[in-house]
Amino acid sequence: MTATKPRPAAAKKRGELTEMAWDPITRIIGNLGVYTKIDFANREVVECHTTSSLFRGYSVFMKGKDPRDAGFITSRICGICGDNHTTCSVYAQNMAYGIKTPPLAEWIINLGEAAEYMFDHTLFQDNLVFVDFCEAMVKQTNPSVLARAEKTAAPGRDVHGYATIADIMRAYNPFEGEVYKEALKVSRITREMFCLMEGRHVHPSTVYPGGVGTMPQPTLFTDYLSRLISILDFVKKAVAMNDDIFDFWYEALPGYEEVGRRRVLLGCWGAFQNPDVVDYRYETMTHWGRAMHVTPGIVVDGKLLTTDLVDINLGIRILLGSSYYKDWVGEEEPFVNFDPLGNPVDIRHPWNQTTLPDPGKRDFDDRYSWVMSPRWFDKGSGEHLALDTGGGCFARLYVTALANMVDTPYVKSTGRSVLITLPKSERLPETTLEWKIPRWSNALERDRSRAYFIAYAAAMSLYFLERAMQRVRGGDMRVFTDFDVPDEAIGCGFHEAVRGTLSHHLVIRDRKIANYHPYPPTPWNGSPRDSYGTPGPYEDAIQNMPIFEENGPENFKGVDIMRAVRSFDPCLPCGVHMYVGGGRTLKKIHSPMFGASHG
Amino acid sequence: MTQGVGGGGAVIPHEHGFDEITILWISEGMSCDGDSVSMTASDQPAIEDVVLGLIPGLPKVNLHNKVLSPAAGGEEFLAPYRAAARGELGQPFILVIEGSIPNENINGDGYWTSFGNDERTGEPLTLNWWIDRLAPRAWAVVAAGTCATYGGIHAMAGNPTGCMGLADYLGWDFRSQGGLPIVNVPGCPIQPENFMETLTWVLYHAAGSAPPPPLDSLLRPQWLFGKTVHEGCDRAAYYEQADFAKDYNSPKCQVKIGCWGPVINCNVPKRGWMGGVGGCPNVGGICIACTMPGFPDKFMPFMDMPPGGSLSTLMIKPYGALIRRLRGITNATANREPKWHHNGPALTSGYNPRWRPYGPADPRRQAARERNKP
Repeated sequence: MTATKPRPAAAKKRGELTEMAWDPITRIIGNLGVYTKIDFANREVVECHTTSSLFRGYSVFMKGKDPRDAGFITSRICGICGDNHTTCSVYAQNMAYGIKTPPLAEWIINLGEAAEYMFDHTLFQDNLVFVDFCEAMVKQTNPSVLARAEKTAAPGRDVHGYATIADIMRAYNPFEGEVYKEALKVSRITREMFCLMEGRHVHPSTVYPGGVGTMPQPTLFTDYLSRLISILDFVKKAVAMNDDIFDFWYEALPGYEEVGRRRVLLGCWGAFQNPDVVDYRYETMTHWGRAMHVTPGIVVDGKLLTTDLVDINLGIRILLGSSYYKDWVGEEEPFVNFDPLGNPVDIRHPWNQTTLPDPGKRDFDDRYSWVMSPRWFDKGSGEHLALDTGGGCFARLYVTALANMVDTPYVKSTGRSVLITLPKSERLPETTLEWKIPRWSNALERDRSRAYFIAYAAAMSLYFLERAMQRVRGGDMRVFTDFDVPDEAIGCGFHEAVRGTLSHHLVIRDRKIANYHPYPPTPWNGSPRDSYGTPGPYEDAIQNMPIFEENGPENFKGVDIMRAVRSFDPCLPCGVHMYVGGGRTLKKIHSPMFGASHG
Repeated sequence: MTQGVGGGGAVIPHEHGFDEITILWISEGMSCDGDSVSMTASDQPAIEDVVLGLIPGLPKVNLHNKVLSPAAGGEEFLAPYRAAARGELGQPFILVIEGSIPNENINGDGYWTSFGNDERTGEPLTLNWWIDRLAPRAWAVVAAGTCATYGGIHAMAGNPTGCMGLADYLGWDFRSQGGLPIVNVPGCPIQPENFMETLTWVLYHAAGSAPPPPLDSLLRPQWLFGKTVHEGCDRAAYYEQADFAKDYNSPKCQVKIGCWGPVINCNVPKRGWMGGVGGCPNVGGICIACTMPGFPDKFMPFMDMPPGGSLSTLMIKPYGALIRRLRGITNATANREPKWHHNGPALTSGYNPRWRPYGPADPRRQAARERNKP
C-alpha cells in the first residue's frame, strides 16, 4: 500500500464537505478532470479523484504491422513529446534487430532530445504552470500574498532584473507578461533546434531504427549552437526567477510544503545514451544503462534502490484496477517466459500483456477508467510500488544526484546534488548552478526542478555538440546502420519522456509485431487504484492536502489543487483515469472563474 | 458590431463582416493534442499576435483552447461551449476540431472519448454530442490535423474505435452558417504556419475583407496542398539524374528507401517545418504521406520503396545516367579558370590594343600629336 507518511494531524472534527470539480483541466495536454471533496472548516482536501477518458487502442491496432513502422506510429501517442516515443521505440527495435546506432547518430538523437526537454519544460513551466503563480491569478486567490510580494525584494534581481517578487509574478501574466511572451519565443527557438536534429516537431521525420537521416554537415551544428547560445541568458534567468518565487512561497505561506506532497517514490528510466558504451544488447543493459547521461534508477524514501535497467524491466507489473479491460491473465498465453538472461518474466509484464478493450459506462463503484495501473514490484518488500516521476525532471535530477555516475565537463553529479555549468552568455557571466536534493517531494520542488533541468539539458547539449563536431571534423559522417528484421525477436527500450519514465516493450513473430506495449509516464503518475487497492500518485498527492486559497466555497478557484496536479506535468493522451472515494454522482459542480476570454 | 447567433437561426454578418469572433477549439477528438502544440510553434503569424490584435484587419478574437486557456478548467472553461451548444453565445464562432471522430454507436453504454459532463446526469459527454450541437451553429468549421480531416493514425486498419474524419461524420457537403464547407488543414501534425495562415484567411473572411479561402475537392487550401512534396524538394534534382540513396546515410533522393514525396500533396519541403527550419525529405526524413486521406495504411511499411517507385526509377535511369555524365563534363569545365590568368612575361588574354584608350602606342594619340604640332 502506497501511502504518504501520515501528517501530524490533530484530532480534527470533520467539517461539512463540499464537492467541487474541474473537468476538463486546462493548460495540460490531454483531458483530465479533478473531482474533490473539501472540508472548508479545516481547510483541507478530504477526498479526490481524477478522471480522463480517451481510448485509441495503439497496442490493439499495431498488432500484425511491420515492426519498423513502430517509431512512426507510436510518436502519435503524444502531441508534445512524440519524439520521446520514437526514440524509445528505436531503442527497443535496435535491441530486437541486434544493431547499434553509429555514434554520430547517437549524439544527434541526444541533441534532439535535449532540445525537446528545453522546449517542452519551457512551454509547460512558463506558459502553463506559472499562470497559477502569476499576478493575475494570485490577485484573485491570495491577495495578501500578492501584497506581501509587492513589498518583498527579489534576491535574484541581479540575474533576472526584477526588483520585487510581484514584478516577477507580473512578468508571467498570460499573453501580456514579458516572460510569458519571451518563453513562447524561446519555445520556438528550441523547437527549431529540435527540427534541425530530428526533422520536425513533434513527430520526427529523420529518426529510424539503426540511426538517423539527418545530414551531419558542419552547418547543422552551427545552426544548433548559435540558437543555443541565444537562449542561455533566458535559461539562467528562469532558474533565478523560479528560485525566488518558490522560496518566497514557503516563506509567505508556512506549511506550503504539504501541497502536493507524497512519499519519495521516484522512478527514472534514464536518458541520453552514451555511444562509447551502448550496444543495445539486453545482456549488457545493466552496464550501458548506467553509462547514460541521465542515470536510470528507483528511489524509495530518499534511498537509491537500484540503477539496473534489467531489475527495472523485470519489476514492471501492469495491474488492472478499475478499467475498461478484460484481464488477459488466464485468458491469453504469455509471449515471453524468460528474458535473454534467463530470468523469468511475469505474466503481468508488458511483454506478456494483451489489451482486451471492453468499454462500459462510467461507474465510480465499478469501472471508470481507460488506463491500467503500472506498478513496480519491489522484491525486497513484496510491495507493488506506485512510483511517480515528479513530472520527469524531479526524478531525473534526484536519481542522477544520488547515483553519482554522471561526470561531464558541464554536468557533474556529486552524490547529494547535481552541478550544472553554463558558459558566459550575452548578458550574464559563466554560471554554475547546483540542484540539491530537497527535503520534500511536493508541488513546489517538482516545479523548481523543471527550471534546473532546462539548464541541465542546455549544458549537456553543449557537451553533445562538442563530441559530435569532433566526429565530423575527424571525417566520420556515418549516421545509419542497415539491418534485417529477424523472424522472431524481443526488445525493450528505456528512455525519459519529458514528464518521466517511458518504456516500450516489443515482441516480433514472423517479422511482424506480435505484441507492442508502450508505458509512458502518465499512467504511472495518474493511475487508478490497482487490484491491491493502492492509489495512484496524483490522488495520493492531493488527498489530505491543506488549502491556502483565501476564497471560501462561493468563489473558490482551487488554485492549490491545480498547482499540485500540474506539478506532475500531466499529459493525458495516453488516457488516464483515477478515482478514489465513494463515487457518487456530483450534486454540486463548481468551478473557478478566471480570464473567461483574453484578447 | 456583433450579430447574435439565434437558436438555430442563421448568422448574418453586416456588410463589413464581424468586428469580433470567438474560436471554440476542441481537441478532445482521438488526438495527441499535437496540433494545438504545433500551432504554438508558428511565428508566421503567431497565435499571440492574433489574440492580441496585432494583425491589421482581423476581427477581435476570443480564443478558447484547452492548452492555452488561463482558466483553471471545468465549468468556467466550458461556459462558452455550453452557451454555443444552446445557441446562446451571442457571437459568431469558428469551431476547430482536433482528433479523429470516434464511432460511438459500437460500444454499448461505453464511450471512447469525452469532453465535460452532462449537467444533469454527471455522465461524460461524447465529442460527437458536442459536434452535433456546435457544427450546425458554427459560422465556420475548421479541421486541424490529419486525424480530424481524414481519420489519420487512429483510424488505421485493425482499430477498435471505428473512428473517422470530420467530413466523414458531418458529410462532405456540409456547409457552415457562414456558407463555408469544412476547412481541412491536414498534416500529422499540422505544419504550424500552414494552419495559422489558413486560420488567418478565415478570420479575414470573417472581417469581410477577403473571399472564402480557395479549397480543393478534399477541402484543403489550394495554395498549400496544390503541389507535391517532390515539386518542392531539395533532393528532387537527384531524382532527375537517377541518383538514388541506398540508405539513410545519403543526401540524395530517398524514393528507393521509402519516400512517397512524388505523389503526396504537401508543401513542407518548400516551407520547412517552422521558420524555414527542418522538414521531411529535404532534411533526411522519408515522406510517409501524413497529409493524405490514405494515411497511414496505403503507405505502410514506411521504410520500403513505394510500389510505383520501381517503374519510375527504372525509366529515368538511362536519361539520368547520360545527363549526369554530360553535366559532369560541363561541370569540370566550369570548374577551370581561363588559361590567360598567369603571371608570365606576355599578355595572352586576346587583348586588342585598338581598344586600350590612349595607351602610348595608341594611333589616336599619335594622330593627335601630329595635329598639335605647331
